[in-house]
Amino acid sequence: MNDEKQLHWLVRPSTVRKLWIGSIIVLALVVLAQTVIYVKGYFGFDAWFGFGAVFGFASCLVMVLVAKLLGLVLKRPMDYYNEPQDEPQDEQLSDTDVNHDKIKESSNGV
Amino acid sequence: MEFEFFSPAFVLLIAAVLICLVKGHARTAVILVAPIITLWAIWQIPDGVQSTVKFLSYNIEPVEGSPLRRLFATIFAIMVFVGGLYSFRIARWYELAAAFAYAAGAIGVCFAGDLITLFLYWEMMAIFSTIVVWCGGTPGAKAAGIRYAIMHLLGGVVLKVGIEGVVVGTGSIQIQPILATDFSTWMILIGILINAAAPPVSAWLADAYPESTPTGSVFLSAFTTKTAVLTLILLFPGEPVLIGIGLFMVMYGIIFALLENDVRRILAYSVVNQVGFMVVAVGIGTEMALNGAAAHAFAHIIYKALLFMSAGVVIYRTGKNKCMELGGLFRTMPLTCACGIIGALAISSFPLTSGFTTKSMISQAAIDSNLVWVYMLLTAASAGVFLHAGIKFPWFVFFQKDSGLRPKDAPWNMGLAMIIFASLCILLGVFPEVLYALLPYPVDYQPYSIGKVLFYLQLLLFSGLAFFVLLPLMKRTMTISLDTDWFWRRAAVLLFKVIERVFASIGKVVSHQRTRLQKFLHRVAVRYLGQPHTADSEERGVFARSWPVGTTALWIAALLSAYVLLYYL
Repeated sequence: MNDEKQLHWLVRPSTVRKLWIGSIIVLALVVLAQTVIYVKGYFGFDAWFGFGAVFGFASCLVMVLVAKLLGLVLKRPMDYYNEPQDEPQDEQLSDTDVNHDKIKESSNGV
Repeated sequence: MEFEFFSPAFVLLIAAVLICLVKGHARTAVILVAPIITLWAIWQIPDGVQSTVKFLSYNIEPVEGSPLRRLFATIFAIMVFVGGLYSFRIARWYELAAAFAYAAGAIGVCFAGDLITLFLYWEMMAIFSTIVVWCGGTPGAKAAGIRYAIMHLLGGVVLKVGIEGVVVGTGSIQIQPILATDFSTWMILIGILINAAAPPVSAWLADAYPESTPTGSVFLSAFTTKTAVLTLILLFPGEPVLIGIGLFMVMYGIIFALLENDVRRILAYSVVNQVGFMVVAVGIGTEMALNGAAAHAFAHIIYKALLFMSAGVVIYRTGKNKCMELGGLFRTMPLTCACGIIGALAISSFPLTSGFTTKSMISQAAIDSNLVWVYMLLTAASAGVFLHAGIKFPWFVFFQKDSGLRPKDAPWNMGLAMIIFASLCILLGVFPEVLYALLPYPVDYQPYSIGKVLFYLQLLLFSGLAFFVLLPLMKRTMTISLDTDWFWRRAAVLLFKVIERVFASIGKVVSHQRTRLQKFLHRVAVRYLGQPHTADSEERGVFARSWPVGTTALWIAALLSAYVLLYYL
C-alpha cells in the first residue's frame, strides 16, 4: 500500500485498472450509440452496425502484423551503416608497380 | 509598397542576411518581426500576374498571386514566425539564417509565375535546407546532409530537364495544369515527386530530418514536401498516377513508423504518410479534393511542427531520442506532454481538431468520385495514423514505463510556440470556416454530422484498443529498419567496390603483360645489341660490334655495283 502511495497517481495499478474499465465502457457506448444515431453509409457496407469499430481494429491488426513481418527482414542493429568497411587487396597491385620500376631502371642505360 | 517585381520572399532573404550581421536583441527582433512583415506582404499581392520581365527570349513572371498561392505562403510565414519564436534562444545564428533563407525559397515558389522562377527558388530551398541539416553538427548529420543534398540536386536536375523539354516542346514557361503524357512532363512530375518524398526515394526524409538539431527539424518538416504539394496542385491536378503513389506513401509511412525506435524518425515517416493523403487528393483532382489537399497541407504544417516541437523539447531537455530510453516524462513536462497529445490527436484527425476538418474533405472527395478502394484505404490509414503517431508517439515518450528521467519542462519561448500551434489545431477544428474561407474553390462542405463523428470515434477508439492489445507485438528494439536508402548507402557502395575490383584485376593483367613484353624486348635488344657498357667489342651483339673499315668499303662497293646493275636492267 505504501509502495502504491509513492507512485504518481496516474500510474498506480488501481488507477490503471479504473482507466481500463472506463475505456471499455466508452468503447461499448460508442458502438451501442449506433442503435440511436444513424451513420450514413456511402457504399452500403460502411453503414453496417459497428463497421467503424471492426474496420478500425482489423486494419490496425493487419498493419501491425505486416510491420512485424517486415521487421524480421528489415531490422538491423543501430550501427549498421557505421560499420567500418573492410579494405583488403591493393598489396599485389603495388608489387607489380615495383617490378615495373626496376625494369625501367635496368633498361635506362641502353 | 508594390510587389510587382519583388516576391515577399525577399523580406525573409533580407532578414536572413540581417540575422548574420546583427546580434542580441536586434537579432531577436529581426527573427520575430520579419515573418510578420512577410505575412503582410503576402496579403498585398492581388490575384494574377503582377509583372513580366523579358529574360533572354522568355517572359519571366516573378510574382503571381492566387488564393491557393497566398494560402500556402501564409502558413509558411506563420510557420517561420512560430518556428523562430521556438528556436531563437537555443539555435545558432547560422542555423536560423539558413532556415529563413530556406523559408524564403518556399515562399518564392508559392508566388513563382513561371517555371524558370520556380526552379530558381526550388534550388534555393535545396541549398539552404541542406545547411539546416548540417547544423545538426554530428558526423551523422554531415553524412546525412550530403546524401540529402545529392538527392535534392538530382531532383533539381530532373526537374530542369523536364522544364527544358516543355519549353522546347511548347515554347511556354507558364505554370498551368498539365498531365504526365510525354518524357518532359514525366520528368517535371518526377522532379517534384522527389521533393514530396514519393517512392522509391521516400527514405531521404527519414534519413535527413532526424539528424538535424531539435530546432532545425521543426523548420525542415514544414517547407520542402508542402511546396511539392503546392506545385503538384498547380501543375498536375487530376493526374491519375498520383492516386497510386499517394496511397503507397500513406501505407509506407505507417508501416515504417511502426518499426521505428527513434522519436523524430517516427514523426518523419508520418510526414510521408500525411503528404501521401495530399498526393492522393491531387490525383483525384476535383475541386473538393484540391481544396482538401490545400487545407490538409495548411493543418498538417501546424500539427506536424507542433509534434516536432514537442519531440524537440524532450531531446533538448534529456539529450535522448530513442523510445526505449524515454518514458514517464508526463510527470515533469506537463505542458510539452499536453501539446504533444494535442498534436497527436490532430494528426489522427480526431473530431474537434484541425485534422478532422481537413482530412475528411479528402475522404469526401474520394466518395464523390466513387473511388471505393481509395476511400477504404484512406479510412484504414486514418486508423493507422492514430496507431503509429496518435498514440505511439505520446505513449512511448511521455507514459510507457518510468525511465527515471525528471527533466524540466519547456523554456517559456518554446512553450509559447507550442501553445500557439496547439491552439491553432483546436481553433481550426472547432471553427473550420476560418480556413475554408481561404481555400482556392468555394467550399460547400459540412465537416461535422453526428453520424460521421460517431463513425470516426468508433474507428479511432478501436484503433486505440488495438494499440494496447497489440502492445506486446510493438516492443521497441534498438534497431534501424532498412529502407530504399540501402540501395544508395550500401548496394551502390558494393557495386562501386565490385567495379573497382574488376578494373583492378584488368589493370593487373595489363601490367603483367606489359612487363612480359618489356622483358621480351629487352632480351631481343641484348641479343642484337649486346649487354650495355661492355668495353670488349666481341661480347656485344652483332649490330653493336666494331667492324674493320675494309669490310665496310667492300660492302659499299657491292651495294653500288648492285645499284648500277639494277639501273641498267
